[in-house]
Amino acid sequence: MSSGTAAQPGVVVDIGNLPILLRSDDAQLREMLQRRYRGFLASDRMPQFQLQIELHEGQQEPDADADVEVRRSGDGWALRRGDFAATWVNRSGCGRVLQSRNPYAIDSVLRILHSLLLASRGGFLLHAASAIRNGRAFLFAGVSGAGKTTISRLAPPDVILLTDEVSYIRREPGGYRACGTPFAGELATSGENVSAPIAAVYLLEKGEQNRIEPAEPSEGLRALLRNILFFAQDQELVNSVFQSACDFASALPLCRLTFSPEDRVWELIT
Amino acid sequence: MSEQYIARSSSIAARTMGAETMVMSALDSTFFTLNEVASVIWEAADGKTPLSRIISERVCRDFEIDADSATRDALEFVEELAKHGILLVSEQPITTPVAGAEPTA
Repeated sequence: MSSGTAAQPGVVVDIGNLPILLRSDDAQLREMLQRRYRGFLASDRMPQFQLQIELHEGQQEPDADADVEVRRSGDGWALRRGDFAATWVNRSGCGRVLQSRNPYAIDSVLRILHSLLLASRGGFLLHAASAIRNGRAFLFAGVSGAGKTTISRLAPPDVILLTDEVSYIRREPGGYRACGTPFAGELATSGENVSAPIAAVYLLEKGEQNRIEPAEPSEGLRALLRNILFFAQDQELVNSVFQSACDFASALPLCRLTFSPEDRVWELIT
Repeated sequence: MSEQYIARSSSIAARTMGAETMVMSALDSTFFTLNEVASVIWEAADGKTPLSRIISERVCRDFEIDADSATRDALEFVEELAKHGILLVSEQPITTPVAGAEPTA
């Protein structure tokens, strides 16, 4: 990417220490993006990647509930859903998005793009709440209804919430780091844009009593794979994400956390 | 019964963790955990060794299981994995590339 692109109209959104310049000539969309990604804007950082957003005014209402299609296209990817179509070129780190003027389409494009960028770096996005306590990050993984938002709401004041819905996991020399994301669940609040080394992963289950039990390796890996955000049925990508999940499951304690919805559960998280 | 040859599909991701092998299909993301006996059959599924020989030389000998039980269980296992495209099955030796199972470091 040439250094001049940073001066063109756009918004730099820095999630997981991978700043992406979202370029658009449309002032209304840029304002919308600034509001949506408040806390994750990084106008002082040189973006590593860029997306050119173009708006279309279709005759039909776009279908945001349609299935996402992600397929390999040359040296990159083609992404499509009812409300957007996008292309991405790996070599240049640049892409284009055609969408209507709403923040939901680009939000989905960013989730997919980050999942692809992380896949080549040994990381992934996980359906999990995450939080920092005493300088260490804890992940709470589970499908919809497992209690991600509940445990986030119960967090005491000394806990920094990274997300109640989509956790961002980076592989680093010596371990794994969880980063805050603007991808919120029912809490409808962005996480804090900070990060910390991951200390443990809890597989959430609601129950009568609060308790933590170690998970069998196969159970832990199965739960991880069920909750990793995975958009493309692509052999190379599947293999890469699978191996990343195996490495992650081997490196960190994975435990079942059974909890009743009351704040004493956080006494177990230290 | 005619001879069967089995081979690991190349459309899978696999990793051995301890005595178990985790296998995921790249076609439909189906996930399987193979126990110790199933892992031995999986590792021996090179497309060239007849299934009957894998059973007699690896399963019966190493795990002290009688031939009838071992054959019944192995056929069930092969059928289940073949259904998801994870194992290829043929009455002739299979020459297509075979995926490996990467062991945990």
